[in-house]
Amino acid sequence: MNILISAAALLILILLVIVGIEAAGLEYFFGVFIPYMAVVIFLSGIIFKLIGWARSPVPFRIPTIAGQQKSLGWIKSSKLDSPATILGVVGRMVLEVLLFRSLFRNTKYETKPGQKLVYGSAKFLWIAALIFHWSFLIIILRHLRYISEPIPSLVPLLQNLDGFFQVGVPELFITNILIVVSLAFLFMRRTADPKNRYLSLTADYFPLLLILAIAITGIMMRYFTKVDIAGIKTFAMGLVSFKPVVPESINVIFYIHLFLVSSLLVYFSFSKLLHMVGVFLSPTRNLSNNNRSVRHVNPWDKPVRIHTYEEYEDEFRDKMKAAGLPLEKE
Amino acid sequence: MSDKKPTPEELFSTIDYKASEKDWSKPHIKFKVGTYNHSGVPKNVEYLELPNARKWQPSDDDWQLPDNWKEIIIDGIKERLDKFRSLKIFMDICVRCGACSDKCHFFIGSGDPKNMPVVRAELLRSIYRNDFTTAGKILGRIAGARELTLDVLKEWFYYFYQCTQCRRCSLFCPYGIDTAEITILVRELLNLVGVNIDWVITPVANSFRTGNHLGIQPHGFADSIEFAVDELEELTGVKVEAPINRKGAEVLFVSPSADYFGTPHYYTLLGYLALFHEVGLDYTWSTFASEGGNFGSFVSHDLMKSLNMKIYAEAKRLGVKWIIGGECGHMWRVLHQYMDTINGPADFLEVPVSPITGTKFDFAKSTKMIHICEFTADLIKNNKIKLDKSRNDHWKITFHDSCNPARAMGLIDEPRFIINSTCNNFYEMPENTIKEQTFCCGSGAGLGTEENLEMRLRGGLPRANAVNFVHEKHGVNLLACICAIDKATLPPLMEYWVPGVEVAGVHEFVGNALIMKGENERKVDLRGEPIGEPEPELEEKQ
Repeated sequence: MNILISAAALLILILLVIVGIEAAGLEYFFGVFIPYMAVVIFLSGIIFKLIGWARSPVPFRIPTIAGQQKSLGWIKSSKLDSPATILGVVGRMVLEVLLFRSLFRNTKYETKPGQKLVYGSAKFLWIAALIFHWSFLIIILRHLRYISEPIPSLVPLLQNLDGFFQVGVPELFITNILIVVSLAFLFMRRTADPKNRYLSLTADYFPLLLILAIAITGIMMRYFTKVDIAGIKTFAMGLVSFKPVVPESINVIFYIHLFLVSSLLVYFSFSKLLHMVGVFLSPTRNLSNNNRSVRHVNPWDKPVRIHTYEEYEDEFRDKMKAAGLPLEKE
Repeated sequence: MSDKKPTPEELFSTIDYKASEKDWSKPHIKFKVGTYNHSGVPKNVEYLELPNARKWQPSDDDWQLPDNWKEIIIDGIKERLDKFRSLKIFMDICVRCGACSDKCHFFIGSGDPKNMPVVRAELLRSIYRNDFTTAGKILGRIAGARELTLDVLKEWFYYFYQCTQCRRCSLFCPYGIDTAEITILVRELLNLVGVNIDWVITPVANSFRTGNHLGIQPHGFADSIEFAVDELEELTGVKVEAPINRKGAEVLFVSPSADYFGTPHYYTLLGYLALFHEVGLDYTWSTFASEGGNFGSFVSHDLMKSLNMKIYAEAKRLGVKWIIGGECGHMWRVLHQYMDTINGPADFLEVPVSPITGTKFDFAKSTKMIHICEFTADLIKNNKIKLDKSRNDHWKITFHDSCNPARAMGLIDEPRFIINSTCNNFYEMPENTIKEQTFCCGSGAGLGTEENLEMRLRGGLPRANAVNFVHEKHGVNLLACICAIDKATLPPLMEYWVPGVEVAGVHEFVGNALIMKGENERKVDLRGEPIGEPEPELEEKQ
């Protein structure tokens, strides 16, 4: 059901463009208005969300510790997994964000005959997630060539690396294959395992399908349905220089690609995709394990109802006296 | 588990990971006897001035909630979103990758898919979406939103009291989403409408009034300590001092109250007493702060603060310089991650310095409280105590990292160093079950009751299974730990899943191995059992 709704939503998005372009001639709407609007919603959505998160304080320092604490000098502490310094926290966060270190820990367990549980390493989710995110990032960076003149030197470098194997004309980008394969895997693992199927929502399938569709339309334009690259570059440059022009020669598939990207941007700040930004603010990861050496202040700290020693002694004075315990008041 | 306790084989065979139920969003809870806790008794709910004290049980159809309970809960969520960035982030960014799904001991032991940490959090997240997000308000169920109903509330009660706040899931989460944080906050919400369990409420009321969760009054406390002193003299021939409420001592010692009232905790207490005497520590116990454990942390941040406050208050009143804390799990979560914030700054205390070794415990320079394992490890490293390891030779030991010392502090090598310095036979359990990946005993956070036994045995299965591994492989006959709840709940767990394995605190080994000045020849250990030779039944096994 969740998959069907996601697929249907995606289909509607695609049909909207086809009808809009082919039948209604809304090139300007889909080519200019929607992308601008999407970027505005994307940026303002993130800013809005960031402000929202930032407005709530971090009352307690609650890192999840994954290694030996810094205590006695002769015990080797774990600088990244139990970071006692800012530098350690930065290291932990960098590894978390760039290499998904916590996911790398992933294990799976199996039951074996004789009531035995066995734990083993499970790296597929980590590998697929890493491949997907890095491919996506490289692909986005490669797209800079459409919206910059002169093209930053990073772009040809990435293209050369990405097209290292020099197969076919135009040369095949490895990331194009990797993103599709990893997305397909991430989709399949949700449907294949009963646990994952149970916990997956429409909001989990939809972005996978959406990004897959974006990747596929991109690949189609590059390798199969040839499009007017020069025209697209002119168009894209027009958009980023705020002098939009809509050339005649652009194929509808480009509009589909662009509209799906716009949809992703709009969808971003209303969805779990916010993890891209939120991960930096997670208090179990971005705080150091120096709780007992540096005091953390809770800005909304307030007095609570307490039972004082005086009240306690008042209640138990006789018994304390009989037991020979020292008293404040005889 | 109403009439007849199922055998381990039977219980194990009921675990099914297939998630036969297809859709988690429709709540339906059957309160099966053995898998939930009784409600808080009205007298103690009232004593703590918590709302809606009444006679009720979770299995009742009518929970006698206030008419505007939904409003109270939704307002409560709003207030907490504004106060805790953690909650906002954890509600917004979960991608449901499922990395946490099989990390929870309750899921592993029950197969109930709502015990997957991600789904446990979704139980709240779905309500959050419905009332606090644009997508949820517009798209409703499609966006994974659902309305708050009585059934949802019952589900919260059931599943957020099937979480021991052990934080194992948080370790594996790529964003560090911490179910313990969500559980604490949902329990706060439930308490706003008077939904709670007795094994949290009554210990909190006891701690509030008498200073410890068992409700032991000052003279009872003094009796227990005196009794322990006498017993230690009988065992070792050495008469130790154990001052109580003594002003001007250098150190205040706070331990979980089970140490002086429960078994096998008691042998750990004998270990503390022997050690402090032998090194001549100038210290005092306190009857007012006679509990390190903090049941308040199982209800709300406010009650955690309210109970924890006694430790600094008593340190100040008695005029000590710094504090040592005993072997306890969640107690150390509070002491390490919260105490300085909620009841500090402890500017009336001094940075802890060991009077025996001169070591300055800089890592505790703000809190001014150190863990007894840190204190003892430092003593041993500096050769300040004489130890005869062979006195623990009758034990083959493995060590269970208690959740909070491991994942909230990183207290991992200190207890191991102590065990290795006091015992000859130490064997680690498999690496995915220890240290930061340790499995909970299955009974923490207020769930260690008789009526909840089936769920505890299920939740404790992963731990028991790992113990069984070393029991079969190395003949391990003792499970060491540094947590009072462990000491109370691991023995029945072992008896059920791994018969033949006892449970002990680390300072029991210290007490056994410690060569005391003027002691008699030790023929028995602190349990009064003959030392130096393995038990015959275990020899056969090897």
